[in-house]
Amino acid sequence: MRVKVLIVEDSKASREYIAAMVEAVEGVEVVVTSSGFEALKLLPRHRFELIITDINMPDINGLELINFVKKNPNYRDVPLFIITTEGREQDRERGLALGAVEYLVKPFLPGSLEALLRRYLKLP
Amino acid sequence: MSPGSKALSEFVAEATEILDALARDLLVLDERRGHEADPDLVNGIFRAAHSLKGLSGLFGQERISRLAHGTEDLLDRLRLGKLLLDGAVLDALIEVLDAFQALLGEAARGTESEGLSARVETMAARMASMGAPAEVAEEDPLDRLELEAQVRSVFTEYEEHRLRENVRRGVALWRVRAAFDLSDFDKGLVELNARLKPLGEVISTLPSAQPGGAHGIAFDLIFGAQVDQAALETGLKGTPAELSALTVRPAAEAATSALLQAAQPSATMRSTSPRGGGKKKKRARATPAALPPEARPPLLPHVPEDTEPGPLEWPTSDAALPADAGGAPSPAHVPGPSSVPVVAYLQGAAKASPKGLSVAPALPAGAPVSPQATLTADTSLRSLTQTVRVDIGRLDGLINMVGELLLIKANLQRLAESARQDGAVALSKLFGQELARETRGLERKLEALQEGLLEARMVPVGQVFDKLARLVRRITREAGKEIELAISGGEVELDKLIVEELSDPLMHLIRNAIDHGVESPDARLASGKPRRAVVGLRAEQKGNHVVIEVSDDGAGIDEVRVREVAITRGVITFSQAQEMSRRELLNLIFQPGFSTARSVSELSGRGVGLDVVKNNLGNLSGIIDVWSERGRGTAFHLTLPVTLAIIRALLVGVSGRTYAVPLNSVLEIISVQPREIRTVERREVLDLRGQTLPFVRLARMFALPERPVSRHFVVVVGLAQERLGIAVDELHGQQDIVTKPLGGRLQSVRGISGATDLGNRRTVLVLDVAALLEEGMAVERRRA
Repeated sequence: MRVKVLIVEDSKASREYIAAMVEAVEGVEVVVTSSGFEALKLLPRHRFELIITDINMPDINGLELINFVKKNPNYRDVPLFIITTEGREQDRERGLALGAVEYLVKPFLPGSLEALLRRYLKLP
Repeated sequence: MSPGSKALSEFVAEATEILDALARDLLVLDERRGHEADPDLVNGIFRAAHSLKGLSGLFGQERISRLAHGTEDLLDRLRLGKLLLDGAVLDALIEVLDAFQALLGEAARGTESEGLSARVETMAARMASMGAPAEVAEEDPLDRLELEAQVRSVFTEYEEHRLRENVRRGVALWRVRAAFDLSDFDKGLVELNARLKPLGEVISTLPSAQPGGAHGIAFDLIFGAQVDQAALETGLKGTPAELSALTVRPAAEAATSALLQAAQPSATMRSTSPRGGGKKKKRARATPAALPPEARPPLLPHVPEDTEPGPLEWPTSDAALPADAGGAPSPAHVPGPSSVPVVAYLQGAAKASPKGLSVAPALPAGAPVSPQATLTADTSLRSLTQTVRVDIGRLDGLINMVGELLLIKANLQRLAESARQDGAVALSKLFGQELARETRGLERKLEALQEGLLEARMVPVGQVFDKLARLVRRITREAGKEIELAISGGEVELDKLIVEELSDPLMHLIRNAIDHGVESPDARLASGKPRRAVVGLRAEQKGNHVVIEVSDDGAGIDEVRVREVAITRGVITFSQAQEMSRRELLNLIFQPGFSTARSVSELSGRGVGLDVVKNNLGNLSGIIDVWSERGRGTAFHLTLPVTLAIIRALLVGVSGRTYAVPLNSVLEIISVQPREIRTVERREVLDLRGQTLPFVRLARMFALPERPVSRHFVVVVGLAQERLGIAVDELHGQQDIVTKPLGGRLQSVRGISGATDLGNRRTVLVLDVAALLEEGMAVERRRA
């Protein structure tokens, strides 16, 4: 049985790139969405083992999504990764303070992401 | 995932979209120069740069990433209020946009020029050095706002800045809580946002920690209201929203008056401060529950080490610090009356931008240039991608049609099978009827499918207009003119291919209008015109055609000088010139050989490669027409078909050969006796309902043996105002055709636009109606 990972990122090319890297890890199924709103809708419909979210998005921001997940007893244990770009340190720190476990700075190396995924998804 | 060509084209497509959006927003900012910028707009531009940075980083586009990084930094300082959006910053942003486009062009071609790389470095350095830091506010106005630390901790830096700005300006803040059903909360929120937007600013949208039940979700919107409570309540009537006011403790007395005083010089501030002042009293009545120091956000200790020390740094002192609260609005937020409050492209802007940074080497007006050179001197405005965005509804419709076609195919198969088994003898009348019915159904469905596919290729012509608007800004600056660009009809749709091909001819016409059509501001004043000229760019759909007008209210074309130049250059003879009408004289500017380098300066105006423009349009089956009146201006009208892909054609026969005439330019077909043909000034003409109609014999035009006939079929064709009767021997009916271009030597044959396959392995030539219309006049003139 494959584990599900949710990717929330509004840039299509980035989203697909990240999805391709996550999907390349054996045993992982990817669900992608371009908005925080959609992510809120997807949460009750799937059992996600990990959420990767961008911070700057048009409807609700990634921090709000993290806060929502962490406050909800149904999802609070799902590990969260934030995707950020260089230079947005304050947003990143806030994300970590809200309960995100890792941050990925674009552009990052596929190798490092795979290692992180294996660790948090408890894959061999 | 290696960035192969598919990945690269995906990157280019998305980057192009980002840049298009960026360009649109920048244009709005540019038009509102001197006014306070809409924070949403600035944030939108920031987000675009941010996305571009992330995207280009992912795809290994280092130069774009580097420039985007610098741009994002600059925009970040802007949106966080650390930098004033002045003319110099705006100019820099516009130049950066041009550079991005050049970079993307190189990325798409897989090249990297050193010149561009160097420019990226210069620009990045220039942007980094821009702007003096705003005055340091000693107290953070946000500390006066009573809001749970938990809520504050989920704001992004930007949201926090907007909140701070609202507090500082004394805007009444509300928490708007609304619960929705989980299945469609986004619709509800969009509606709520639409209601709120005219009443103020939605600063943040927070999903609530306690959703309303198992299938519900609640949101808290932090809202800065520009209206009073009653108006807000009225505005939200019928929505599930509940309001609760956020308390802001009053700033120290002295600070408040300092704030109001400082706000005085600004026109924009004046309009908001009385309202703000009203709120202030109201807030003062609210319970000033002091915020204990511990209640300040616990998350901020990280900040000082991460961000560079700046005015927005969180106060390390206690919140109760007396200070001149709110930080008297620094000049950075208050555009003084000295800024230029006009919506126009002013030459003054040139001073602010070093010439060295402009993308294309500016062509000094009057410098010798060949037509080809002018067309390539500006960065081409063509898109880098071949993609068209199609509404999913349209695609679904197409898929449905294919489904219906499959049904018809199944029926035909069944009929074929029964015919095969029963043999030809048994074929009944009933069978024939059934077959005919299916064929009609097939025809209808195919027509619908074709129409649907053509629609899917349509894009708004505004895509090109937006790009041209940017160009106008640059050329205006270079030419030292003052110009207002009036655009309309951007929503008119044309085939993607045509829109793409149009960009260069339009760019050319606009450049001519600015460089040569429009007079200098002083000359305009001297002739009693307003300083600022108006250049118009308009599109309008007329039946199967779209007319695009490029106009100016400049000096107009001097036909006397056109005549002189045309004679000097040997384009026409003196005696020909004697016979020509003003309109014919004006049309000489499109003749090859008319425009040469020197004529640019000799002729107070046009002539730079207009023959090239005309040829480009001809390739699109379009024609160009000029109107000009001395002292009043010039207008070019480009008449184009809506699509090129599949056209309906009339098949005609001449001397045993078949030709196809695009039906969209056929007005009518008449039968004419040879004696009805008259000769006027050595041209053959017909009388058609009292109007004189120029007439050509297709056989004679293509040097085919002419047959003696008792009557001619005359196909009357027309584009824009031009009309022409074309004599043919036979009419074969109508058919849908796909025109294929002619290769090699045949390409330059006048009067033929391409070839088409009629389906029965017969290839016929397609007439170029636009060229024939011109030929109709020119042929006769040559013979003269």
